[in-house]
Amino acid sequence: MSNKFKITGLDCANCAANLERAIQKIEGVETVNINFITQKMELECNENDKEEIIKKVKKVIKKEEPDVDIEKL
Amino acid sequence: MNKKAIKIIIALILYIFAMVIKFNNELINNLIFIISYIIVGFEILKKALRNILKGKVFDENFLMSVATLGAFGIGEFPEAVAVMLFYQIGELFQSYAVNKSRKSIASLMDIRPDFANVYRNGKIEKVNPNEVKIGETIIVKPGEKIPLDGVIEEGTTTLDTKALTGESIPKEVTLKDEVLSGCINLNSVIKIKVEKEFEKSTVSQILDLVENASSKKSKSENFITKFAKYYTPIVVIIALILAIVPPLIIGGDFLSWIYRALSFLVVSCPCALVISIPLSFFGGIGGASKMGVLIKGSNYLEALSNVEIAVFDKTGTLTKGVFEVQEINPKGVSKEELLKIAAYAENYSNHPISKSLKQAYNEKIDENKIKKFEEISGQGIKAQIDGKNVLVGNEKLMQEKQIEYEKLSKIGTICYIAIEGKYAGNIVISDKIKEDAKKTIEELKKNNIKQTVMLTGDKKSVGESVAKQIGIDKVYAELLPQDKVKKVEELLKTKSPKGKLAFVGDGINDAPVLAMSDIGIAMGGLGQDSAIEASDIVIMTDEPLKIVKTIKLSKKTMRIVKENIIFAISIKVLVLILTAFGLSTMWEAVFADVGVSIIAIINALRALKKPKNL
Repeated sequence: MSNKFKITGLDCANCAANLERAIQKIEGVETVNINFITQKMELECNENDKEEIIKKVKKVIKKEEPDVDIEKL
Repeated sequence: MNKKAIKIIIALILYIFAMVIKFNNELINNLIFIISYIIVGFEILKKALRNILKGKVFDENFLMSVATLGAFGIGEFPEAVAVMLFYQIGELFQSYAVNKSRKSIASLMDIRPDFANVYRNGKIEKVNPNEVKIGETIIVKPGEKIPLDGVIEEGTTTLDTKALTGESIPKEVTLKDEVLSGCINLNSVIKIKVEKEFEKSTVSQILDLVENASSKKSKSENFITKFAKYYTPIVVIIALILAIVPPLIIGGDFLSWIYRALSFLVVSCPCALVISIPLSFFGGIGGASKMGVLIKGSNYLEALSNVEIAVFDKTGTLTKGVFEVQEINPKGVSKEELLKIAAYAENYSNHPISKSLKQAYNEKIDENKIKKFEEISGQGIKAQIDGKNVLVGNEKLMQEKQIEYEKLSKIGTICYIAIEGKYAGNIVISDKIKEDAKKTIEELKKNNIKQTVMLTGDKKSVGESVAKQIGIDKVYAELLPQDKVKKVEELLKTKSPKGKLAFVGDGINDAPVLAMSDIGIAMGGLGQDSAIEASDIVIMTDEPLKIVKTIKLSKKTMRIVKENIIFAISIKVLVLILTAFGLSTMWEAVFADVGVSIIAIINALRALKKPKNL
């Protein structure tokens, strides 16, 4: 199952790549894909503790790119 | 956005003012520079500070802040302001360019229907297409998009299918015709019985495909991501070394070495590449979908530029796949009887030949009369019809069952029929070659495709005659589905290591071959879920010539990608080297950062446009 998010406030492609790398390191995240052009993030993770993982993802985003917000689609 | 632009303009005016008018007191000039700097760079400084507090260095804001503050520190006021100013102009331009391509992508995505008018309890309700269930009736007025796939229950109209197929000629539809979501109703009100949920409807599938295409990354994109990962830290480390080591060893002016180090920091952002490469691919995929070709990933668009061998399925790909009964040659039975038996025997099959037999028979088939139905792969059908044992199939079937038949040498598919073990005649069915098939092969050869191959389950004589007419290099006929797999395996071994093999089929019964080829292309995929699923590239219409167009588009995209990679890397490296030896200034560094970025983005935007002269 992939979870889609809309990303706002992402204004540099390199930041998107960095963010992708940081999220990938979170435990339980299988694959993550940030599309800078469509401003979407696709997250595949362990479904059992999905809520937990999404919280962690949000935390990482706040740390790496404070101006970025995600919203579940 | 506008606020940013205003800030830049004010800062730019102040900057030019300070550059042109030299006050006697240098302090005034410097003060103006500082004001200009604060106006344009305050945001960056703020972000840099915030990120440092979070333990995040090496980000753009930090690098730009260090470079510019450093320049102030060593007294290079104009440079400091210029770097920040041009950096901000570059950023502004970048977001403009990205927004522009986002918009043109969005216009491609404009096929998403917003609502459906559904009949419920005798009234028309306007609802979200998501809420409509299979079997419900929807009403589509002229000018509206068809929200869900279904069948026309009432009305006749013409549809604009351009968004799906790239085809500009409207399509006429009437009662019982299948209609696809995403088409625009042009003429009159139609009632549609919904056959697929919104999620499964054509329009959703297409949108999903295009939006997810960029998740399958090409080699070039992976290269850039890796490059970017190492490039910035390496350049920053060299900058540090440059600032400390040479003055200690060679001695000399600390300030000039620091100046060089700061210039390094300006060049250290890989943004030009990181943004322009995916943008080019996105543009290419977008351009392809404009002409009715769906590409499922940047990797396939990249692979397409290296196609060496193009393998085609014959039926439905190079030929129309619309078979028509040409001749009925009965023996010992009437023509009508022979056709009836053939049509009954082929009743359960979806093969184009079966369809044409049923079409020629054109009467209702009573399925109770068909018993002991058995399909013999690659040969035909064995069944009991109306109590009689019947065989319908090719020569192999006749030979296998030891039926004495009369061999007929005609171009086309010959269906031999035996009743109760006795030969009863044959039916000749033939197919037509598509108008653009010949041109497709010619154009492929012009575009450096080394080998064109046709695979067919059809007879050798038919295969060879078709191959000759359209000028294909090789033909392998009388292949069973598993033979096609083997042939493609063999062909895969003959290509060069970098070359790719593309297989083009109708996606209905060649899923294994589509999957094993480097690039599986399904043709006429519109509304065919299985074809869309099994292939890497879907050509929505029936035109093989679109393969050539897509290859051209892929080559153009790859050319842009290569240009950008080579251009950006070489300018950056060149400026770094010149800077290290003190031969270039911070001005060149600004160009290597912002200038290169802008040029690369402008170049990438070319991929969005359809290639000309096709």
